[in-house]
Amino acid sequence: MTTNIREQLSIRQERDLIICRNRVKEAAVKIGMGIVNQTKLITAVSELARNMLIYGGGGNVLLETVTRGREQGVQIVFEDKGPGIADINKAMQDGFTTGKSMGMGLPGARRLVSEFFIESTVGIGTTVKIIKWKNG
Amino acid sequence: MTTKTVESLREKHDLILTYWISQREMADDFGGNFNSSDDLKAQSSELLEIVLKTITPENITDPYSPDLQPLFDYISGLTISRAKQGFSPRETATYIFSLKDALLRALGEIITDDTQELYRTTLEVSKFVDNIGITSFETFIKGREEVILSQADEMAELSTPVIKVWDGIIAMPIIGTLDSARTQVVMENLLQGIVDSESSIAILDISGVPAVDSLVAQHLIKTVNAIRLLGADCVISGIRPEIAQTVVHLGIDLSKMVTKATLASALKYSLTTLQLEVRRVQKDKSN
Ligand SMILES: Nc1ncnc2c1ncn2[C@@H]1O[C@H](COP(=O)(O)OP(=O)(O)OP(=O)(O)O)[C@@H](O)[C@H]1O
Ligand SMILES: [Mg+2]
Repeated sequence: MTTNIREQLSIRQERDLIICRNRVKEAAVKIGMGIVNQTKLITAVSELARNMLIYGGGGNVLLETVTRGREQGVQIVFEDKGPGIADINKAMQDGFTTGKSMGMGLPGARRLVSEFFIESTVGIGTTVKIIKWKNG
Repeated sequence: MTTKTVESLREKHDLILTYWISQREMADDFGGNFNSSDDLKAQSSELLEIVLKTITPENITDPYSPDLQPLFDYISGLTISRAKQGFSPRETATYIFSLKDALLRALGEIITDDTQELYRTTLEVSKFVDNIGITSFETFIKGREEVILSQADEMAELSTPVIKVWDGIIAMPIIGTLDSARTQVVMENLLQGIVDSESSIAILDISGVPAVDSLVAQHLIKTVNAIRLLGADCVISGIRPEIAQTVVHLGIDLSKMVTKATLASALKYSLTTLQLEVRRVQKDKSN
């Protein structure tokens, strides 16, 4: 029997990103995810958690292992109460940034995971939910 | 747990506190860490107040309910302050779990006519207090983790050595996360190393970097550009296969940089660039 993981983490400072990545990696290892998918997942997590820190003023992360049929996966929800994103379609495009960065975080993260949902309301905050299936 | 029970518990605040404290004072582990039982009483009263204020018939069975956050924040604060006062994790856990006995005793006095209901509520309260204990435990762990990470940070700063591998070639292995502060150190050491050793090629080995996200990639690109400004070349080595795949999916173009899978192939490339050659020497076998 595998015990399900359900953990809450808060992202307030740069250091929390490392803790968050480590927790996600542990969950991925626990369900037996291979090294390539593990690396893709923690890279996506790194992008989304950093966005939350930089643009969202910090936020919370809910890390869970999930099952669908025979597939096992890791699901992570990033939630902040920051300024929100005015135009999500734009933000999801390669190269779009309001900072001085590369603008690859959101679109790149979407390509690295199996499922990606984003919801954002200006003045309320941003929520991103991702799932990486073990063999996805 | 019914709303009525919650209300009754709130009314019994003082009584529950008395149960809790008297039992704490009798416990063998009631050490000398509190200056007086007044301190214990003040702290316990505050904690009990928050517990009773927070608990509802809904959130008692949902440890992830957002309205529990103030309670958990309080527990984290309490755990940290007790740790600083010298309480062990066991002492703090025992302290928190002993609240359960006091609450259950009060429950027994509130629900007198329905054993089923008493049983159900007892289980709920028990789990609820367990969860408070878990929060305290997690705070301890997180505190430890932060100490470890800050030590790792300090070590990282010390351990970005520039290694001269050949005349004109230096190398720097990076182990750990390449955040902004670290990049600054790496870049300074590497540029200084190039100047000091009059090298024309620098190898940056990232075998020990756990993940290359857009920020790390950006730092790498900046470092390479700075090295080029000095008139030297930079080779990035130690790109593991999973990192290569991830970087491609992320959509980052590292093709303008010279990248190699291993430090050995980076060294080979550098030697070729410097028009040097490593050959096996055939020894005379005269025996
Ligand atoms: N959590 C968030 N809250 C508010 N705005 C956000 C959030 N996440 C992203 N954004 C906005 O979306 C833009 C695109 O994000 P994305 O991560 O793709 O690029 P970036 O962070 O600017 O650069 P990179 O991630 O490549 O370093 C950001 O510049 C920012 O304006
Ligand atoms: Mg980003």
